Amino acid sequence: MKHPLFRFLARRLAVSVLLAVGVTLITFTLTNLVPGDPAAANLGQQALGNPAIVKQFREQNGLDKPLPVQYVTYLGHLVQGDLGESQQSHRPVDADLAEFVPATFELAGAALVLSLVVGVAFGVIAALRRDRLVDQFLRVTSLAGVSVPTFWLALLAFYFVFYRLRLAPGSGRLAPTMTPPPHVTGLYTVDAAMAGQWDVFAGAVGHLALPALVLAAYTIGLLTRFTRSAVLEVLGQDYVRAARAKGLPGRVVLLQYVLRAALVPIITVAGLAFGSLLSGTVLVESIFAWPGIGQYAYKSATNLDLPAVMGVGLVVGAIYVVVNLIVDVLYGVIDPRVRSTT
Amino acid sequence: MIRRLPEAWRRPLAVTGLVVTAAWLIVVVAAPLLAPYDPLAQKFPRLRPPGGEHWFGTDDLGRDVLSRVLYGARLSIPLTLLLVALSVVIGGLLGACAGYFGRWVDETIMRVADLVFAFPTVILAMAVAASLGASLRNAVLAVLVVSWPAYARVTRGLVLGLRTREFVLSGRLLGFSVWRSLRTDVVPNVAGPVLVLATLDIGTQLLLLSGLSFLGLGAKPPTAEWGAMVASATQVFDKWWVGVFPGLAILTVVLAFNFLGDTLRDALDPRTARAIKERAL
Repeated sequence: MKHPLFRFLARRLAVSVLLAVGVTLITFTLTNLVPGDPAAANLGQQALGNPAIVKQFREQNGLDKPLPVQYVTYLGHLVQGDLGESQQSHRPVDADLAEFVPATFELAGAALVLSLVVGVAFGVIAALRRDRLVDQFLRVTSLAGVSVPTFWLALLAFYFVFYRLRLAPGSGRLAPTMTPPPHVTGLYTVDAAMAGQWDVFAGAVGHLALPALVLAAYTIGLLTRFTRSAVLEVLGQDYVRAARAKGLPGRVVLLQYVLRAALVPIITVAGLAFGSLLSGTVLVESIFAWPGIGQYAYKSATNLDLPAVMGVGLVVGAIYVVVNLIVDVLYGVIDPRVRSTT
Repeated sequence: MIRRLPEAWRRPLAVTGLVVTAAWLIVVVAAPLLAPYDPLAQKFPRLRPPGGEHWFGTDDLGRDVLSRVLYGARLSIPLTLLLVALSVVIGGLLGACAGYFGRWVDETIMRVADLVFAFPTVILAMAVAASLGASLRNAVLAVLVVSWPAYARVTRGLVLGLRTREFVLSGRLLGFSVWRSLRTDVVPNVAGPVLVLATLDIGTQLLLLSGLSFLGLGAKPPTAEWGAMVASATQVFDKWWVGVFPGLAILTVVLAFNFLGDTLRDALDPRTARAIKERAL
């Protein structure tokens, strides 16, 4: 365990565990911040008038105990996967979330791949054509991408591309006439491909394309801007100038010298981008009737269904902590300098 | 007059940003004079497409969309500016304390900031707003909760770098108090980068605030608020004008401030600009 990489991994893991505990601390605090009295929310008018019933309710639910004790009880429930009951669906929040998570992963994953491919390509082109017309155009495009309200873009895309032009199939994950593929991963595209149902696969991709593109608009802008400055920085380095000076072809310099160095910091931004994609699903899914946690969060938020909102916060927070851990570890493995400094 | 501006401010993006921002600020001040009708009056035929009487059409309750968009500026733009100012003050103060005093002050403040960074922003803001209860004031508080840590990080980093610089140390040796040292030596050197961050942040926070209203966690009907207007447009999505114009308003404001922020960053030393971006991430 003396190896610096192990020490680095152990330290990063410890930080992530602390952050995960922090996430629960925040959701617990927010739950207890509610101005309304939980007894008032759960008991009928008549029962509220009877102090004995109210007292019994408080004792049964541990509401009479000090907050730290309540927090430990809360953690105990979480460890068992108990996130409380949704006030709308009257089902356990964890069951609701388990049903909706795969759809969101498919959407956010597709959007991440899309924004990495397009964003990095745009960024490299902009850097290589610095201050030319293409660069100016991409600069405005990427700024527009980070400036457009996602929920509005979703509405526009739905109206023009789907409703007016009929270029995209309808809302949801599949046409109602199609049966979803056998459940393996929960991602329709992957499951359909594994089962060899290519018509279902095509349908799933068709339904995925428009919402994923809308969701990716912000992160494409983000990645274009970041890649451009990362590539410009590397282009100015001495070793790139040396490689050029000794007559290496431009393609070799770009792929082996410039991109390799520039892509390392992009990993960090990819983690950040995934976070904003998860955020974005809350604003996009409801418009495309995409049955994921984003739509669930939207419905819960508009109805002030607090257990459900906190469940979403907890799960998304946990996913984000794990994603950031993966990003940091990848970064540490690729770039040895990081291990000693963080 | 344009000739006197530094080179960075004469580029097309900068000029566009300045003109659009100025136009919106005029709308904020003069909305009652510019708006043709009362933004809350439900006295017109419903869902009328854009035309002579109603340039932006009317919405599902028979209100004039143009008037609502113009009045929406009065709400969103000053509120966002206030929000950013508050984040700068709160985040900046906490970050400066963390960087200057170090030790447990630093640990406490920065660990709390880390907790906020552990969530994607919209998710945390949504959870905070939902637990506080749906109102515009609570939405503002929720955005504030997620927005201060970026300033704390940037300020802390800059202060940490400045603390051991010779001109700051010699000030302290001359007998400057902590507060005088902060005021005369530290703050002026932190101001530039924080200003860039704040300008770029205006757009982000307007998007977040209108996003919360879109979720029903901000301004309540019948208030003319852009995010809430887009939300109500989803009920009548085939009448495009109800949602297109308020969204366009958000887009142009955010875009204009981002043009300005980009220009400011270019006008400052590009090296500091890169450092800011890295710290903010």
